[in-house]
Amino acid sequence: MSSATSDKFDEMHRADGSVRPAYRGYQEWLEEQDPALMRRKDSEAESFFRRTGITFNVYGDDDAEERLIPFDMVPRIITGSEWRRLSRGIEQRVRALNAFMHDLYHRQEIIRSGRLPERLFRNNAAWLPEMVGFSPPGGVYTHITGIDLVRTGPDEFMVLEDNARTPSGVSYMLENRETMMAMFPELFTRIKVQPVSNYPRRLATSLAACAPEGAGSKPSIAVLTPGIFNSAYFEHAFLADQMGAELVEGSDLRVVGGKVQMRTTDGFRPIDVLYRRVDDEYLDPLTFNPDSVLGIPGIMDVYRAGNITIANAPGTGVADDKAIYSFMPEIVEFYTGEKALLPNVDTWRCADPDSLKYVLDNLEELVVKEVHGSGGYGMLIGPTASKKEVRAFRAKLEAMPENYIAQPTLALSTCPIFTRAGLAPRHVDLRPFVLCSPEGIDITPGGLTRVALKKGSLVVNSSQGGGTKDSWVLDD
Amino acid sequence: MTDQDITFAIEKPMLGRVANGIFWMYRYLERAENTARLLAAGHRMALTRGVDEASEEWRSVLTTLGLRTGYDEHYDDYTGAHVCDFVLRSKNNPESVLSMFERARTNARACRSAITLEVWEAINEGWMTLCDLLARPVRESNLNTALGAIRRESSLARGATHGSMLRNETYSFARAGTFLERADNTARILDVKYYLLLPSLAYVGTALDTGQWDNVLRSLSAERAYRWLNAGRMDARSIADFLILDERFPRSLAFCYSAMRENLSALSRLHGKEGSAHEAMRIADQQLTGKSVEDIFDQGLHEFLLDFIGGNASIASAIAEDYRFVS
Repeated sequence: MSSATSDKFDEMHRADGSVRPAYRGYQEWLEEQDPALMRRKDSEAESFFRRTGITFNVYGDDDAEERLIPFDMVPRIITGSEWRRLSRGIEQRVRALNAFMHDLYHRQEIIRSGRLPERLFRNNAAWLPEMVGFSPPGGVYTHITGIDLVRTGPDEFMVLEDNARTPSGVSYMLENRETMMAMFPELFTRIKVQPVSNYPRRLATSLAACAPEGAGSKPSIAVLTPGIFNSAYFEHAFLADQMGAELVEGSDLRVVGGKVQMRTTDGFRPIDVLYRRVDDEYLDPLTFNPDSVLGIPGIMDVYRAGNITIANAPGTGVADDKAIYSFMPEIVEFYTGEKALLPNVDTWRCADPDSLKYVLDNLEELVVKEVHGSGGYGMLIGPTASKKEVRAFRAKLEAMPENYIAQPTLALSTCPIFTRAGLAPRHVDLRPFVLCSPEGIDITPGGLTRVALKKGSLVVNSSQGGGTKDSWVLDD
Repeated sequence: MTDQDITFAIEKPMLGRVANGIFWMYRYLERAENTARLLAAGHRMALTRGVDEASEEWRSVLTTLGLRTGYDEHYDDYTGAHVCDFVLRSKNNPESVLSMFERARTNARACRSAITLEVWEAINEGWMTLCDLLARPVRESNLNTALGAIRRESSLARGATHGSMLRNETYSFARAGTFLERADNTARILDVKYYLLLPSLAYVGTALDTGQWDNVLRSLSAERAYRWLNAGRMDARSIADFLILDERFPRSLAFCYSAMRENLSALSRLHGKEGSAHEAMRIADQQLTGKSVEDIFDQGLHEFLLDFIGGNASIASAIAEDYRFVS
């Protein structure tokens, strides 16, 4: 067994090689396992995923239309008390995000008070003037949020990113657990782990609670997918199936009699809640991108008339902006009246001349991100970038400083992965999934752990060769 | 009375697009399986004949599948190796068994939330198995293994459907698709061989080419049932009677129509109304009901089968129309 030897925080092993309390039960079990058997299990996992069809599509990759996200069979373990502390911070943050969205599209108190510069959302492509003055059913904007957390020490969790647009990955959280239970049932007999499998039911309940007023006691819920070629199609189908909801495409839907309706074998039937996995831009060709064939002409009129719930609300993407992110501590305090329980990662806004100067002077040390970017694209990781890449990035940065933020290169925590040679530490993050409805905020214990499979790599995105792990919150 | 108080005959109707996907998914699976049967019978036939007759047999396989034109564009002979490669896996053949299975799987993926995990896994694994088996041209020594695998994978999907799916309209569309395709395939096989059966009333009991008839039976997996019922006697009348009118044989036209009637009436019960599909079914049914095999031979077997295939197609398009398969 190897262990982390650097100053990075390893979640399983201390620097002296001893095992931290969260992993003790797992370590005991592991010591009893035959290494050859473990290697065999490792290849079993892949065929399990292939068979089940848990795949994602990679754009621009003809040969491998459907790929597997690598799964690592060492669980990422969090204790019950760590989780209780974390979930208080997450709940506070999501509450603030939802209030922030409402304020941004109504009185904009936060701007009037001078806590947030107006230009931040005026220049934001995700800002939708169509949403101004409109209140979505139940007052909920962020029905589903994914909060990306990183860890740097025993008690140091911080938020790296907020995903209020359409956070994906929850199907992996669920399937990773199923896979682990199928592969190592005895592990779950020995160690009590808080379950995640009721997420789809909680999602359905939470969405139903956000239905428009006229929807009746059993609102009809549908998941809108761009179709089978979308990279996250598996997840769309999976969630619809698990929720007992319809899986619809734009071509199934039409506005009839002031309602969004789906074409069934028995004629058109109304939909009350649309969990859309289609971006705002493609939602309504009459309001947004006129070339979109993924959306439903006229849905925004139905929405504004209060006859359908769209989850998440159009225009919530503003919150995903990394310049807005840098104001989250102020935002949380403004709407909750409390200090943020979960800190941000230090962030320099390059729009600010002093910060820009600092960033330019220290490019080799920093991670620089586009404010609207996602998926690990369009970013510079100073310490691992070549001189040429740094030079090219410097030019981009100088041309459009307001397009970028910079953060220190964090000593992200590591968690062991299984390799042929035994356990080896790799960097991880955690994306818990948070549901928001008028009935409250509901966080499924755990979330999706993404892991950088390459030694030393800090990039955990699946589109860039990252893998996933089952994430355990101990029932202790 | 608000919108929500309106009660519909069917509480949760499925999407028209999904009904279409399911219907065709089962048609593709059925066709892939029947194609494998036809190739197996053709191969057996070719083994027992001279070169010319073998090539004639392979040509008739292509005719039955409606693939002659496509094939002739790429080959100028009718050898087993070429025909099998074209029918099973050629990229030049959009109707190949492999692409049929792939389409079935694509439909299953698109309709993932309408089928059970067991059905999805059967189809997905079936597709993976066939991708593997048909990655390269199939050697003659492996042909039976490959054809067996195709039949088996399709059977597994059908079995999972039978054993795990709710008996709702999804199931009715699945079954209607299966039997519509099967009826069509049986009729086409008979039609290509009709010249063997047509004049044969007069030939009962004479020294006919029993090998050819045996071949017809084998391409429908009917040889055992037929032998059991007829104690080894081979004659045109009873073979045609068996394959067209015997309601006990699961690939006969009569059996397929009885299953289609059943599934269409399940749909009308669910929806609280009948549509043009039920009308088309009644019209097509009249071709079969109360007929004896002599009546059919009097009418002319070829004409009868052409009418039948046409009636079948009308039912399919009426189903698509009634149940809003496309907008």
